[in-house]
Amino acid sequence: MNFKELELLRATAKEGIKLRLGEEPSDNFKYHVLVCGGTGCHSVGCQNTLQALQKAIDSQGLQDTVKLVVTGCMGTCEMGPVITVFPDGYYYCRVQPEDAEELVTSHLKEGKYVDRLCYHTADGTVQPRKSDMTFFKKQKRNALRNCGLINQTSIEEYIAVGGFKALAKTLQEMTPQQVVDEVKKSGLRGRGGGGFPTGLKWQFVLDQKSDQKYVVCNGDEGDPGAFMDRSVLEDDPYSVIEAMTIGGYAVGANKGYAYIRLEYPKAIDHFNKALARAREVGLLGNNILESDFSFDIEIRVGAGAFVCGEETALLASIEGRRGEPRPRPPFPAVSGLFEKPTLLNNVETYASICPIIINGGEWYATMGTEKSKGTKVFTLAGKINNTGLVEIPLGLTLREMVEDIGGGVPNGKAFKAAQTGGPSGGCIPAAYLDTPIDYENLAALGSIVGSGGMIIVDESTCMVDLAKFYLGFTQDESCGKCTPCRIGTKRMLEILERITKGLGKPEDLDLLVELANSIKASALCGLGQTAPNPILSTLRYFRDEFEAHIKDKTCPAGVCKMPRKGLKS
Amino acid sequence: MGTECTCNCNQSKLDALFAQYKGNPNGLIVVMAAIQESQGYLPKDLLVRTAEELGVPLSDVYGVATFYAAFSLRPRGRHSVNLCLGTACYVKGAPEVQSMLEKEMGIKAGNTTEDRRFSLDLVRCLGACGIAPVLTVNGEVYPRMTAEKVTEVLSKYE
Ligand SMILES: Cc1cc2nc3c(=O)[nH]c(=O)nc-3n(C[C@H](O)[C@H](O)[C@H](O)COP(=O)(O)O)c2cc1C
Ligand code: SF4
Ligand code: FES
Ligand code: FES
Repeated sequence: MNFKELELLRATAKEGIKLRLGEEPSDNFKYHVLVCGGTGCHSVGCQNTLQALQKAIDSQGLQDTVKLVVTGCMGTCEMGPVITVFPDGYYYCRVQPEDAEELVTSHLKEGKYVDRLCYHTADGTVQPRKSDMTFFKKQKRNALRNCGLINQTSIEEYIAVGGFKALAKTLQEMTPQQVVDEVKKSGLRGRGGGGFPTGLKWQFVLDQKSDQKYVVCNGDEGDPGAFMDRSVLEDDPYSVIEAMTIGGYAVGANKGYAYIRLEYPKAIDHFNKALARAREVGLLGNNILESDFSFDIEIRVGAGAFVCGEETALLASIEGRRGEPRPRPPFPAVSGLFEKPTLLNNVETYASICPIIINGGEWYATMGTEKSKGTKVFTLAGKINNTGLVEIPLGLTLREMVEDIGGGVPNGKAFKAAQTGGPSGGCIPAAYLDTPIDYENLAALGSIVGSGGMIIVDESTCMVDLAKFYLGFTQDESCGKCTPCRIGTKRMLEILERITKGLGKPEDLDLLVELANSIKASALCGLGQTAPNPILSTLRYFRDEFEAHIKDKTCPAGVCKMPRKGLKS
Repeated sequence: MGTECTCNCNQSKLDALFAQYKGNPNGLIVVMAAIQESQGYLPKDLLVRTAEELGVPLSDVYGVATFYAAFSLRPRGRHSVNLCLGTACYVKGAPEVQSMLEKEMGIKAGNTTEDRRFSLDLVRCLGACGIAPVLTVNGEVYPRMTAEKVTEVLSKYE
């Protein structure tokens, strides 16, 4: 395929999806029925719903006017199986096979939407269309722009919505330096957790002199409670492939690796299919789009170790070794994979690149806050009504996230805290609900944006127990290479276990803080350096709960099993 | 994953991988993952062969085998049960599901039942946190698990 053929294909492919974009179609289809095939919906039987819909459509003779499409995650995973009907984007939740007949007759035949299947807010208001839903109103979708809109592995649908436009533009009109400049102007910061300016990183790799460079995509996503990378890899694999290729052009690399964790078989499958298809049509491989630029990508499957998400460990793992971190510098940008300069970014970071190339860095920088530009994907989970996949402009407040988008805490319970940043992060209590979410504000509160996992907990969660949970996690996942992390976290965990069993001593809290600070200062990699954060942060905001466990031998949330009162420790 | 090979295809796939990575230590994890997938665990003879073909010391092969959660040096059960103990699942009640699973199977997580019917493992986030707590059996996902549902789910697997 060359540049011209790509544009021709785009024109034909676009006809096929116009209806979904709110434009007048020239084909016969009156409706597009999009069925979410994301992991959440899949697990609650979307295939059966799909089959039932197909049957009802056929039996009512609508097969020539109604198009059924399987897409990726639409966002509200808790309410699966979810379907969207275009035009107008009616949004139906928990659609069971037995609902299919009514849906087809009422909506697709008689043009009346089915109220009972629409999204209802906690107070019972109906929000029938996507555009009516408070869940979507404050969101802004860049990285997730195609999730839930196009078929996950169809290169035609991807091209129809503007796919490979950014790649064509870079190859035709831009020098590598211009590409890097555009990324710099956008202010995009790495979405994998560190928040390092992406453009600067690209510049470092571009500036290296080397016969061989690599591009690596970090799809390890070990943070429990986060699933944005999975969604992007599954639902929009071409956007990552396209961006990695642009990255290769920008820094001067001809080979890429996508490291995807084995817990994500569907992501691996979709990414593989997308790679094959892109190669087949000449958008990957030798002489892409008949230009003189060549680039190819290989998948490496992670073998189940959280620490492999750390960049130097990840590179060791691709090289076939134990995924143990090494000291930096040298940074991967200077000496990375096989000791060559390596551009290593997170999945979501890559997914944000193409819109930046097409619309310009300045456009991206108009979103977000002063130092945290653009949009960030969060996964809302835990004790919240609308669990799911959310992308917001940075700077939205936590309250807007929890109440407007999340629809509040279920069962009339009170919001207690938002845990962000997973095992490296901390929790934000109700008093700070009006804080605008950005890198600086969350850091000031002792938490981090991290990769974007956001777990909401209510009054029935014990914060001491939660801190213990995180420490158990890091303790389990510590690679064991350095002592502060291997032994220090073990000692901290032992203290917390004692406290949750009602055997804590008053001096334990000081000991915890002392241990925390020395581990932070002396661990070799980010895992150990941030492992104490969940504890420091819970101690900061919920010290009274620790004290209740220690002094009164009670667990205020009723989670920890305490010995009978009066028992000597 | 974890299914026994019934034909020669995996054998020839392994042979092809050995040929592809002959003398190349970088292929270690790729080869081991293929063995794990076709055999359900890493049999000793195949590890010895891996070490020889790729030119990696056997001690390094062992080091890699024990580092990654995906690799097992012991045969696994016929059905692989994975309970997510990631944060979202944890706060929504995964610990109770764990107790029930361990009780029903009579083993602690990380082990295989005597009759090799089940292997039970705890995993960290399956990326399906929206439908927490999540349990998978042979890859099939069971959303919103509760302790009460455990017996029913297990009874589906012989
Ligand atoms: C223990 C640990 C685990 C990490 N896990 C991940 C991960 O799963 N995915 C990821 O993209 N970055 C992870 N990171 C951050 C990476 O080391 C690296 O900073 C990031 O992938 C760079 O990409 P970015 O600049 O696009 O964010 C982890 C870091 C540490 C210390
Ligand atoms: S801090 Fe922990 S995970 Fe990182 S190198 Fe040290 S022991 Fe390994
Ligand atoms: S998986 Fe269907 S809405 Fe997320
Ligand atoms: S925490 Fe269990 S699936 Fe994510």
